[in-house]
Amino acid sequence: MVSKDIMIQMIDVNKWYGNFHVLKDINLTVHKGERIVICGPSGSGKSTLIRCINRLEEHQEGRIIIDGTELTKNLKNIEKIRSEVGMVFQSFNLFPHLTILQNLTFAPIWARRMPRAEAEKIAIKHLERVRIPEQADKFPGQLSGGQQQRVAIARALCMNPKIMLFDEPTSALDPEMIKEVLDVMVELANEGITMVCVSHEMGFAKTVANRVVFMDGGEIVEENEPNEFFNNPRWDRTQLFLSQILS
Amino acid sequence: MSSPPPWSGSNLLVFEPRPSRPAPRQTVGMIGWLQTNLFNGWFNSIFTVIALGFLWQTVPPILSWAILDAVWTGGSDACPPGYEGACWVFIFNKFRVLMVGLYPGDHLWRPILAGGVFIALALVTVLRILNPKKLIALWFLIPLPIYWLIAGGLGLTAVDQSLWGGLMLSLGLATIGVLISLPLGILLALGRRSNIAVIKAICVGVIEPVRGVPLITILFMASVMMPLFLPVGLNINNLLRVQIGIILFSAAYMAEVVRGGLQAIPLGQYDAAKSLGLNYWKTTALIVLPQALRHVIPSLIGRCIALFKDTTLVIIVGLLDLLGMVKASAQDPEWLGHDAEAYVFCALIFWIICFSMSRYGRSLERQKEEE
Amino acid sequence: MNIPSRILKGGRLTGLLMQLVVVAGIIYFGYLLFRNTQANLEARNIASGFGFFSVEAGFPISNALLPYTPANTYGYAFLVGVLNTLYVAFLGIIATTLIGIFIGVARVSSNWLIAKLAEIYVETLRNIPLLLVLFFTYGVVLASLPGPRASLNLFFGCTINNRGLYLPKPLFQDDFGFVLLAFVLGVIIAVLVSRWSVIYRNRIGAAIPSGWIGSGIIIGLPITTYFAMGSPLSWEIAVLKGFNFQGGIVFRPEFSALMIGLVLYTAAFIGENVRSGIQSVDVGQIDAAKSFGVSKGTIMRYIVLPQALRVIIPATTNDYTSLVKNSSLAVAIGYPDMVSVGGTIIGQNDQAIEIIGLWMAVYLAINLIISTIMNWANSKAQLVER
Repeated sequence: MVSKDIMIQMIDVNKWYGNFHVLKDINLTVHKGERIVICGPSGSGKSTLIRCINRLEEHQEGRIIIDGTELTKNLKNIEKIRSEVGMVFQSFNLFPHLTILQNLTFAPIWARRMPRAEAEKIAIKHLERVRIPEQADKFPGQLSGGQQQRVAIARALCMNPKIMLFDEPTSALDPEMIKEVLDVMVELANEGITMVCVSHEMGFAKTVANRVVFMDGGEIVEENEPNEFFNNPRWDRTQLFLSQILS
Repeated sequence: MSSPPPWSGSNLLVFEPRPSRPAPRQTVGMIGWLQTNLFNGWFNSIFTVIALGFLWQTVPPILSWAILDAVWTGGSDACPPGYEGACWVFIFNKFRVLMVGLYPGDHLWRPILAGGVFIALALVTVLRILNPKKLIALWFLIPLPIYWLIAGGLGLTAVDQSLWGGLMLSLGLATIGVLISLPLGILLALGRRSNIAVIKAICVGVIEPVRGVPLITILFMASVMMPLFLPVGLNINNLLRVQIGIILFSAAYMAEVVRGGLQAIPLGQYDAAKSLGLNYWKTTALIVLPQALRHVIPSLIGRCIALFKDTTLVIIVGLLDLLGMVKASAQDPEWLGHDAEAYVFCALIFWIICFSMSRYGRSLERQKEEE
Repeated sequence: MNIPSRILKGGRLTGLLMQLVVVAGIIYFGYLLFRNTQANLEARNIASGFGFFSVEAGFPISNALLPYTPANTYGYAFLVGVLNTLYVAFLGIIATTLIGIFIGVARVSSNWLIAKLAEIYVETLRNIPLLLVLFFTYGVVLASLPGPRASLNLFFGCTINNRGLYLPKPLFQDDFGFVLLAFVLGVIIAVLVSRWSVIYRNRIGAAIPSGWIGSGIIIGLPITTYFAMGSPLSWEIAVLKGFNFQGGIVFRPEFSALMIGLVLYTAAFIGENVRSGIQSVDVGQIDAAKSFGVSKGTIMRYIVLPQALRVIIPATTNDYTSLVKNSSLAVAIGYPDMVSVGGTIIGQNDQAIEIIGLWMAVYLAINLIISTIMNWANSKAQLVER
């Protein structure tokens, strides 16, 4: 495996909240263009793991290497990695006091020092990509949940990231809005971007994922390609989880 | 993760979870804590050093003044002038006067008993022994026997209000102030929301000017102006006038707090009450007010704390509350030069009472959130 | 939402009738009050009206901002008091805002020691009465300063003793006007620079440290002009003559104690407002902004602060008006503000009604001005909702 191909490498990663051992000996490799779906019961550490990738959480042991750069306390490295990793949150986290357009141009202007006109062009392009260009001058409070999440995806894409992280992107949406967001994510996947997605949407995993990773109690229990994972789980824990969510 | 054996048919393997390990010492324990909390980065480290330097300069001298070098026993000659330590003998000596003012010595059992009842009531409140209705009823009833104990009449020797003072006076003014200004404030708030123009105008005309001026002007009004408004020959004593002023001032602020609570009641409540056939007063008393008041309990307690602190202003119109007695005591020719001890003691009393009230309010807030 | 009056007692006529009865009652009550007052004033031989404004005052005022002698009138004395109140209010609001912001930011600092110290500060000052703080500052802290003969000499010709804080008084010579001009010019240039740097950033993308450049110009331009004009400034330093210091600018202990007490006390409350404003911003937004690699400073300035202000401004309006009203405690430590001077006048001619009426008018006017300004600021900070 040529190392240039590896986008995310987590080696023996351990994390504690105080004395609570929340991530145990995590080893995970993600190659360029791969789509990974992480699933598991709540409290299993999935969100924590994905937040360690862009340093929203700090790991205490082990190494995390993103696209050749190691994640340490070095602030410059952190900011460099963050500008190449995009993240979409469960609660959208749009900036309510800025317009949609301003939400999208915020990062390119302040983290990349892009001229405003150029940033706005890119922003409109991505708004069209998620199919809501007409909302550019509205405020987040005026949009529906599904629209807000699509804006959040567009906002992350404006930084032209190499990796996209999704932290339960549809969990806070009303059922009728989940499809519009998943459609956008499927399109993204088909364009070849590297994706790590924490989700309960097993349909999405079956359609798009290269690999499904099952976590429980802070460690990775099993990972496999979707067919094998859903039809032939190896461990009893995995089987238990599958029976709970697929029933 | 332990490598699974080669896949064999439909056998599921029993998963053995990894044991949890304790966190590495660097990150927990003293060193880790110091690193994250005091010294993470340039900026914070410099500030920590400055803060530690400041503490080193100030805390040891204060401790030695207040405790180590302080004088705790002796007579009025126990603290020679220029002595570097605190003279707590002064406070012990003046304690009675600070607590009850000039109350005659042979009737001291009365304020002491009254104080005991008051403390008992406070404990009952904080420990939540009674349900709210009984508690509120108790609070409105108990001041009557307490007043009788302190003022006299009906079998007890009368003690003139000019002799009342100290902490007893502060608590009295504040308690009566709250007990009367809260219902008054509720009425004002209801009136302000009324559609009857005249009533609304009167309420706004009372609330806004009273809230817009300092308490001192209200106290001056009560103390100096009120005698001019009364029929010639009718005199109300100064304490009563000041109490009225405090009540008026507090009522305006209570009215605004209650108004905020009333505004949070959804329209549906009024509709439901109307469809049950309840008239205005029944709706208000049984449905609207209980909810509104519950919403704003923290703010109401904040107003109580503010009122208690505001009673210190009565020194300006000639009454000697705790702060007034403290200041007067510090002028005693036998005990000159102990202003610092006096004010520190006074601050301590206020701090304990106010902080307890605010903790109580916070616990009520938390209890409300858990419901 | 107002309760429909039909819920009250049914019928339009009844409502109208009741209003008339209430109004009649108030008028009658007012008439009674008026009659009583007249009788009382006559009985005690108290004058009415504002004629006393032109009567000679006969009492001294220690901290007057205008030249005042006891030969001036009551009216002029009262004016001096009003000016003092405004002076304390203005300086007080500025100082307490700065300190309050500092305390608020310290409260949410990641440095445990700083946050704890700020918490102790706030919890101490919020639970003790302001009057106590004033008495303590005036009677203990400032009174423990040495007498004039043993004054502490600070840097730059400043002296401090228990009669006051003495600063050098600048004596402006003719050419100083140019320095002022340079200052005004510097401010204008700095504003233009900051405007232009926004355009530049939008066009090219690079950020210019317009804050530093602007500050440099505001400070540097007047200073260079000053030296170029031959230093047209000299100082009058306070000098000990006999028992007291003469000359220089003096801040008397009454003023200092009032300012220190008011500012430190109110700053505790403003600090709490700032803290709750900052904490009201959803942590998720900060996560999102961090996930883009944007610097902490930018996050503070463009994400946290604009939203925090929505919460901070209304609460702080209350604290500003409280500060103005609390300045009336000056009477307790002898600073001649409006209430203090008015109280002296009442003590001499018993015309309480007029003086109290004036007090109320002035305080209400000040509060109105503050509320208007803050409401304007608040409207600028609002969000657009669905």
